[in-house]
Amino acid sequence: MAATPTDTPPQAREIADAGSESGPETLTFAKALNAALADEMAADPTVVVFGEDVGPLGGVFRITDGLTARFGTDRCFDTPLAESGIMGMAVGMAMNGLRPVVEMQFDAFAYPAFEQVVSHVAKMSNRTKGKVKLPLVIRIPYAGGIGGVEHHSDSSEAYYAHTPGLTVVAPATVADAYTLLRDAIRLKDPVVFLEPKKLYWSKETVDLAVLRRAADEALRTGRQVPGGIGTAAVARTGTDATLVAYGPSVSTALAAAAAAEAEGRSLEVIDLRSIVPYDDAAVDASVRRTGRAVVISEAPGFASVASEIVARIQERCFHSLAAPVLRVTGFDVPYPAPKLEHWFLPGVDRILDAVDELQWEEPPGSGAGAGTSASEDPR
Amino acid sequence: MTISTGRTRQASFGAESGSGSTDALLPSDVPVQLLDAGGAARQDSRYAMPADDMLLDAYARLVAGRRINDQANALVRQGRLAVYPSSHGQEACQVAAAAVLQTQDWLFPTYRDSVAVMSRGVDPLQVLTLLRGDWHSGYDPYEHRVAPQATPLATQLLHAVGVAHAAKLKGEDTVVLALCGDGATSEGDFHEALNFAAVFHVPVVFFIQNNEYAISVPLKNQSVAPSLAHKAIGYGMPGERVDGNDVAALLSVLGAAVLRAREGGGPALVEAHTYRMQAHTNADDATRYRSAEEVQDWLPRDPLARTRSYLRGRGLLDDAREDELAAAAEALAAAMREGLNADVEPDPLALFEHVYTRRTPQLAEQSELLRGELQRDEEERDALVRNAAGDPDGTGNPADPGASR
Repeated sequence: MAATPTDTPPQAREIADAGSESGPETLTFAKALNAALADEMAADPTVVVFGEDVGPLGGVFRITDGLTARFGTDRCFDTPLAESGIMGMAVGMAMNGLRPVVEMQFDAFAYPAFEQVVSHVAKMSNRTKGKVKLPLVIRIPYAGGIGGVEHHSDSSEAYYAHTPGLTVVAPATVADAYTLLRDAIRLKDPVVFLEPKKLYWSKETVDLAVLRRAADEALRTGRQVPGGIGTAAVARTGTDATLVAYGPSVSTALAAAAAAEAEGRSLEVIDLRSIVPYDDAAVDASVRRTGRAVVISEAPGFASVASEIVARIQERCFHSLAAPVLRVTGFDVPYPAPKLEHWFLPGVDRILDAVDELQWEEPPGSGAGAGTSASEDPR
Repeated sequence: MTISTGRTRQASFGAESGSGSTDALLPSDVPVQLLDAGGAARQDSRYAMPADDMLLDAYARLVAGRRINDQANALVRQGRLAVYPSSHGQEACQVAAAAVLQTQDWLFPTYRDSVAVMSRGVDPLQVLTLLRGDWHSGYDPYEHRVAPQATPLATQLLHAVGVAHAAKLKGEDTVVLALCGDGATSEGDFHEALNFAAVFHVPVVFFIQNNEYAISVPLKNQSVAPSLAHKAIGYGMPGERVDGNDVAALLSVLGAAVLRAREGGGPALVEAHTYRMQAHTNADDATRYRSAEEVQDWLPRDPLARTRSYLRGRGLLDDAREDELAAAAEALAAAMREGLNADVEPDPLALFEHVYTRRTPQLAEQSELLRGELQRDEEERDALVRNAAGDPDGTGNPADPGASR
């Protein structure tokens, strides 16, 4: 840990010192991201943070809080309001030896930068046969559930996941927010880092010191952080069916699994953590064990990441499946106005309804033969 | 001819900057010219005629550039290049862009700037890799500090700003020269790049080669600004217009802009007035959108002829030297021909390289799939060879002539 300058404001000091040796503590998702940024900036002088309002304001969600005060305006600075400009400048800065971490403020505000992302960020290494690497991170406060007005709640992961060359990460836990962001900044490839907005204020008890030591150790040894990008996690174990989710949908899936348990059904929840690379092995292992799967995502389902996951499971686990793999997703409509979003977002009930449709031989808790057959309407 | 504005210009790239005066940011009323179309020297109070050796060197590069353009066009006709966007007529811009930079500087070219890239020292065959169709870029950008040739318009201008910004933060003595065409000035990234460069005060020189057409769309349908260089003032940086067929003026104006950036003066915008003598690419039919008369009008303003005339007038160029330059250009063209006549078979498995530093499991699977297909193709080819040799099963025994009946 770099020495903290004496003029550091109390808040920044608190972040820098958070959990240094203090054991488990309650931390928000937002603070975990802030700590990850601060730790990477302290560890690597080439890490620079920029975007709209990320300087003195600390970002509209305060993820960059205190970074300008602690690291100076060369390391964390505001840009003119122009997303393509932010993205294109990041390309050049990465070409010239820096590690930019840019913020796109809101999911739909990132679209003006889309050409830079798909035409250059994703392709520069390939275009130059690996001569030019772009170690940059595009942080996007993403998805819905916070009552945002239009253009503040899009789930845009499919656009990025569809683009070869981009690594796409969506953390779902406070610990993962910290670990995955540090791993993303360390990666030599560009990363689209999707931060579920509705989780920013969620709290967990984590031992940041332990996470920090693991990340520091990985940095020292050049190995990947344990639980880093590319590895899915079993968020909850279960035996009857697998719920596959990522980012904002993981908490909903966990709530659904808890409710299902009360109904006598044991659901496993896989948290993908990264969409690209996609952890086939973890998903396959779970589905082969349970024989049933439901994929959950907030994004409209048509031509979506959820569609891709369903296709992969059916291709790879067909002989283990007792039922077709189902999707529970947002509807194929533009993200709705705040008063309607709860009808749009996949909730616990919609997930449980889908689980009920997985062609169960017998309903939970009933005697043999009392259930619906595969040919009958399970409802 | 000078259109009087009734005011005196206070500064140019070579003079002091940051006076806060709008006049200091405005371009000349007419493009800066140091050599007229006939090759006669013209006085300009702000820009000096480059030294003789610089102009001789530029002329050698012009001759080579013209030959490269001609050869590349011929190679397209022969099917050796998929396409070539010629810079015939714009060679002075190409040559000057490379000549004003030092080793540590960066050049950000577009697809039409092959001659500039070669002039910067990149092997012509590596430059033509993109246009031959082997790979998207054929050279290591760090080797000569030349970015990959950009195909989308204006996007590379922002990369140039980023490289310059990083250089500034790292304390490097680096200037970035970013090329674009007139069409690119309509793109959002053009405006974002100029604004970012000015706000962050980074050492970038934006160089527009205004060749009058964006494929088929003439400049009047692209912009109604007094000139493209006038756009600079809106971003708080100086703009300048220069005769794009006058290599002396280009060297002087671009050189001053680069020097100003190197000394901490910040970004500048230079617009060269030139003309694309040929079609957009070989796939384009320029007769659909411009008249033969218009093209003919530009012929007497050729950048090579006027430089040649000036140098000969000063006794710096004679027939013997011209023969040498022509022979050197011919040797370059011959090497290009020879290099492109060799059939390169890109390795199909290279498709999976350089997508991710750590290959994803999915790409590993797809790579194996293709490896299997390649192996099967090879086995089928071997079988065909064996059949042709009368040894279908590879045992060395001749085929039974009755077996197939």
